[in-house]
Amino acid sequence: MLEDALNALSLGPVSGLRRLSGGASQETWAFRAGERELILRRKPDGVVGGGNAIGLDKEAALIQAAARQGAPVPPIVHVCRPDEGVGEAYVMGKVEGETLGRRIVRDDAFAAVRPRLARQCGEVLAHIHATPLEGLPKLVTSDAASELEKYEAVYRGLGAKRPIFEAAFRWLKDRAPTMEKPVLLHGDFRNGNIMFHPEAGVAAVLDWELAHLGDPAEDLGWICTASWRFGGAKPVGGFGDYEDLLAGYEAGGGKPIPLERVLYWQTLGSLKWGVMCLIMYQTYASGADPSVERAMIGRRTSETEIDLIALLEKAA
Amino acid sequence: MITSPTSLELIDAVIGFIEQRAAPQLKDRDAFLARVAVNALAAVRREIEFGPAAEDAATSRLRALLGHDGDFSDLNAELCEKLASGELTLKDPQVAAHLKASIIDQVKIDQPNYAGLKALTGG
Repeated sequence: MLEDALNALSLGPVSGLRRLSGGASQETWAFRAGERELILRRKPDGVVGGGNAIGLDKEAALIQAAARQGAPVPPIVHVCRPDEGVGEAYVMGKVEGETLGRRIVRDDAFAAVRPRLARQCGEVLAHIHATPLEGLPKLVTSDAASELEKYEAVYRGLGAKRPIFEAAFRWLKDRAPTMEKPVLLHGDFRNGNIMFHPEAGVAAVLDWELAHLGDPAEDLGWICTASWRFGGAKPVGGFGDYEDLLAGYEAGGGKPIPLERVLYWQTLGSLKWGVMCLIMYQTYASGADPSVERAMIGRRTSETEIDLIALLEKAA
Repeated sequence: MITSPTSLELIDAVIGFIEQRAAPQLKDRDAFLARVAVNALAAVRREIEFGPAAEDAATSRLRALLGHDGDFSDLNAELCEKLASGELTLKDPQVAAHLKASIIDQVKIDQPNYAGLKALTGG
């Protein structure tokens, strides 16, 4: 059925259609159309809304806009229309590389390129942030204060009593920076959503579903959030140093960002991920998802708390 | 209390069964979930072993910090309120020491291999 609909797109004769694992909120399929290796990103059937996701048509438009700034993104081949029978979806070219954080941080294959990755990430973010806002699809704008308000409301709603979260909310609210000029943010720029090539480094920025407008330091802080280090000792994604990330950001044309502001958003990132772990555990507690994985993820909340204590102690 | 087998022995037996007998026959997501299940049992095991002492120590620290008696749950809720209002902060060395000791104990139970634990304990 899906194969018939893809054939009807006239991209070439479709073969080897298979579902790739990963991607909780969107389906990812690989297939060949004639000689081309392609990827279909598709909203699952029967899913109404998508939480905070912006929608796949907007995603495709942002990827194309970021490409015009020179950001490495997968080439968009086709954005599906409702009458084409594929569903809410777009087709993109396959990009060679690796997204698994564990491999990027530890595998020998990435040893040579690893020291260059943090700088590249900074450059790529500068390019994304330089995207002109005129003509972009409508996106939510948020700053530190509104993010904190949103996550504190969720946390209070869960009725959890976690003193480190309380201290972190207070500390972050008291220091919430004012946003000067909102820029296009990827919104989920971290290991798992960045395709790295063992020789070329950053090959493509994927998964744009949490894109929004906001403080540029948010994207830089998120890739430094300790939860995405996969055992690596270095702060940027487990593979690089702050100085390289910030230098790359400036070299890419970004307005210089003080390290302190990145650390602020990194702290907010740990708090946000901690609350998200509690939300995911809640899907087990409510009976919506009975898997042991959902239950156990609640026990990863304490990881974010130990990271928060380390950050808050250093800042105090 | 029944001590033969102890609860720890039962957990070890189930972990052994999953790892040696069940997991090798599973693939993909089920194989992944079997690993998560073993991790969950290992956390329960550590909680049985170390949880009561950790909570006793936390309760003692909270009594000293807040200056009155009470059980862990009430004292912890009071600490949460005072941190939320800003009446207590991490600048208070007693507060910082309590939060740090508590979270180290908790991560030792939940995820003892987490890099952030080694970073904070200097290990």
